[in-house]
Amino acid sequence: MKKIIISALALLGMLNAKAQENTNSGQSKKLTLDEANLVSSYYHQDGNNSAVTGGVGTEKLTDISNTIDVTMVKYDKKDRKNKFNFSVGIDHYTSASSDMIDLKANSSASHADNRIYPSLSWSRENESKGTTLTGGVMFSTEFDYQSYGANIGFSQKTANRMGEFTAKFQTYLDQVKLIAPIELRANDDYGTSGRNTFALSLAYSQIINRNFQIELLGDAVQQTGYLSLPFHRVYFNDNSVHQETLPDKRFKIPVGLRANYFLGDKVILRAYYRYYTDDWGLKSNTFSLETPVKISPFVSVSPFYRYYSQAAAKYFAPYQQHTAFDDFYTSNYDLSKFDSHFYGAGIRISPKNGLFGVERLNMLEIRYGHYTKSVGMKSDIISLNLRFK
Amino acid sequence: MKNFIKIITAICLLITILSMQSCTTVKEYEKNKLNDSEMVLGNRVIEKTELSFQSYREGSSGANAGKVGGGCGCN
Repeated sequence: MKKIIISALALLGMLNAKAQENTNSGQSKKLTLDEANLVSSYYHQDGNNSAVTGGVGTEKLTDISNTIDVTMVKYDKKDRKNKFNFSVGIDHYTSASSDMIDLKANSSASHADNRIYPSLSWSRENESKGTTLTGGVMFSTEFDYQSYGANIGFSQKTANRMGEFTAKFQTYLDQVKLIAPIELRANDDYGTSGRNTFALSLAYSQIINRNFQIELLGDAVQQTGYLSLPFHRVYFNDNSVHQETLPDKRFKIPVGLRANYFLGDKVILRAYYRYYTDDWGLKSNTFSLETPVKISPFVSVSPFYRYYSQAAAKYFAPYQQHTAFDDFYTSNYDLSKFDSHFYGAGIRISPKNGLFGVERLNMLEIRYGHYTKSVGMKSDIISLNLRFK
Repeated sequence: MKNFIKIITAICLLITILSMQSCTTVKEYEKNKLNDSEMVLGNRVIEKTELSFQSYREGSSGANAGKVGGGCGCN
């Protein structure tokens, strides 16, 4: 009798295990929706140092951006987790400074444009080995600029799964349409020039304890080709006008540190610091702190502040400061010496049963930020993220 | 402001060094806080446009596990 009971229990156990295995297997082998994100943003800026007019003149610009991002998941026969991501974004912008490529026009073809940027990516995570392979391609197009990108990466978790090392190689092959300021054009045949970017990105993340994790990041970025912008004017001290001219190589080294800490049960500290240097003489420091506060299990509010400070690139000089002796010259204030402050707040709502009666709509986030530069430029941005699961 | 940056840098380095020395093994069932969506070591999805305009309006970019090129930034 005892043997029969033991045998029956063993059989039940085996059947149960088999049933669970079948269930898992049935679910995991299907391609299922992991999540879809819809992100919309409205950006507006103003200032008086446009590079199109040689470092003086309006920088007024608005940009409306919409992106949709869909991630699907599928486990393969070896139980490796495959993620497929498709994303497409469309921006519409109006730019008062671009309008001044033709100084006489008062709403030229350059005053507005659209940018479309689709991308595809894939990752395969082997949970038993702690490894992940990634790859992706992207494309971006607007009237005067096309960009083709690709990346490949590899991650390896440490034996105790507390740390993870990631290496990624990215490349972008771009084409710039050579639209000169109207007074510097020989003819209306624009022509194009290439700009290539190659980057190696390394990262190491580490769990410190139940509340704390950090990540160290570093990139080595080499850019070659046409790195100026053809419609940026530079006025020399003799009042002659020229096209911006910058070296055809630039090597950048940014290194960063992220640290996220769960303080108590309701407050999270998200800190980030970056040091940047390149061979154009530009150095910068960036520090940001965001503190999400959980008002309830489903609602959090996240005030944030970001401080940025940079030294000028050695090829920058303001309006009418460059001379004919300079080999390279720009009056683009994005390469000047300045400090900037960016602050604002976001609210995230993720109720258990979905939003607005839609069960799959499981998160809504709204975020606003105000940005100021010490050289007078300021901007505002408001973004909305809807996440479906 | 330079002193402020130096202090922040020193604090970050100090936190990192101290943290690395005091790592403890956290079991899967103890990771509920680490797995919270706000604790993700990376940019939020909603920051996409912010990161984009910052890389256009500032001379530096990178070290944020994001894009390092492509697009234009010409306005």
